[in-house]
Amino acid sequence: MAANLSAARLPVSYDAAAVRRDFPILATSVRGHPLVYLDSAASSQCPLPVLQAVEHYVTHAHANVHRAVHALSQAATAAFEGSRERVRRFINAASVREIIFVRGTTEAINLVAQAWARPNLGPGDEILISALEHHANIVPWQMVCQQTGCTLRVAPINRRGELELAQFLALLNPRTRLVAVAQVSNALGTVLPLRTMIDAAHAHGALVLVDGAQAVPHTPVDVSALGADFYAFSGHKLYAPTGIGVLYGRERLLAAMPPWQGGGDMIRTVSFEKTTYNDLPWKFEAGTPNISGAVGLAAAMDYLESLGLEAIAAHEQQLLQLATAELARLPDIEIIGTASHKAAVLSFTMKGVHPHDLGTILDAEGVAVRTGHHCAMPVMTFFDVPATARASFGCYNTADDVARLVAALRRAREVFS
Amino acid sequence: MDLQDLYRDVILDHNRRPRNFGRLEGADASAEGHNPLCGDRLSLFVRMNGERIEDIRFEGRGCAISTASASLMTEAVKGKQRAEVRRLFDKVHSLLTQSDSAADSSLGKLAALSGVREFPVRVKCASLCWHTLNAALASGKAAPTVTTE
Repeated sequence: MAANLSAARLPVSYDAAAVRRDFPILATSVRGHPLVYLDSAASSQCPLPVLQAVEHYVTHAHANVHRAVHALSQAATAAFEGSRERVRRFINAASVREIIFVRGTTEAINLVAQAWARPNLGPGDEILISALEHHANIVPWQMVCQQTGCTLRVAPINRRGELELAQFLALLNPRTRLVAVAQVSNALGTVLPLRTMIDAAHAHGALVLVDGAQAVPHTPVDVSALGADFYAFSGHKLYAPTGIGVLYGRERLLAAMPPWQGGGDMIRTVSFEKTTYNDLPWKFEAGTPNISGAVGLAAAMDYLESLGLEAIAAHEQQLLQLATAELARLPDIEIIGTASHKAAVLSFTMKGVHPHDLGTILDAEGVAVRTGHHCAMPVMTFFDVPATARASFGCYNTADDVARLVAALRRAREVFS
Repeated sequence: MDLQDLYRDVILDHNRRPRNFGRLEGADASAEGHNPLCGDRLSLFVRMNGERIEDIRFEGRGCAISTASASLMTEAVKGKQRAEVRRLFDKVHSLLTQSDSAADSSLGKLAALSGVREFPVRVKCASLCWHTLNAALASGKAAPTVTTE
């Protein structure tokens, strides 16, 4: 993916300054300094075309979907289902029946845990995850293990924060029913060798769920080429609003799964004796969905494709390399996660300064980074740190942002001299 | 809002060289404190003599604010009666949360924590040790973990 793009192939046309003008929030001042936003891995900002699409929908087309015959309901339904088709194209799914709108990655994973794993797994069965996973790709499986008696196995990582592929492959066995792994680690930025992992899992008869939350903003994703059985991601890390996300699932798997939540929209007929369920994808969308969120997500995908996903990835890789080199020159900085393939995430600690103090000092300089365990406590335990500071880069970051980060880190070193 | 107001010399000094740090042998009360937001963890050990705190020590790992606050607290409460500690807790709580609270002269070095109130997300870091002390004093024995969440 992105890391494979060499500097020599960088498009000269990428105009980060122009991109920044599309994001009104980047003009904000924080603590008397122009904002430097380096927390896109937690949540990215929305560009004007997304805000305008949401405003246009709410101003001109809002009503409930799939219900009334009146004009606005038809407009809302068209906007919502049009967004689904936009998502299908963005990830190259075979059909809109494979695109389930959810609140976000967490809900997508829980849906698979409760509607696929829980009815299908039992004692003796194994779910295999990696040691890099976000809590959202650990806890739902622990719950399934408690509910069904199946076993959770964890493939280890090395000191660079890379998956130990040989050990992952050795853990696969005929009892492995599901492999659930991130495409990109949120805490460290490590890119996992998914093709090899998916092919090996399939060879053992296991299904594969990919947590794509940190991957979709940084690389073109083609679920058909990737071969994942389930693929989950969030809108708010993809320059869309919060509260909208996507579960992609192979149609034959989704068709065989029972509904997860019951309610309106997911039914065809209801009587007190018997209820029949709706077709895919609506079978998994009980209740009124986040229509404006879906509209915003579709607009974000249009926007990203207008910039070019490859161009964004190349730009971010350039920033990652620059920031990595700059931080390596600072005394007392240790970069946590030095995998050979990384997305635009840089986790680090400063000797003698707790990450939370570092976060406060950087914030006082107007630099927003995430500090904490990044919802990946096992990763922190592995590296024996309570937390790290994490700078993450998006389509709107620049070399100037890196310079401001470095200056703020020097300031932190002064305060704690 | 000024960083210098948060990271005063007293705070930095107690972070670098925490007083009363380590386990306390023969403790008759203890408690664990945890701040999930930043991962601060501390264990507090108390030896009582009747109503009086005869000795107190702590250990753990946390940010500068939580470490310095715990260090300052152990110095402040050692030798004090339970009732005095409760009054001190209330004063520190006001100091950390009320913007118009004037530093009470009885707070001594604890007044250095007044800068924390300008950084609301850090108040929990400073108050963790006090809540943990409350738990230890209330239980008498090993108390359950206190969290700031």
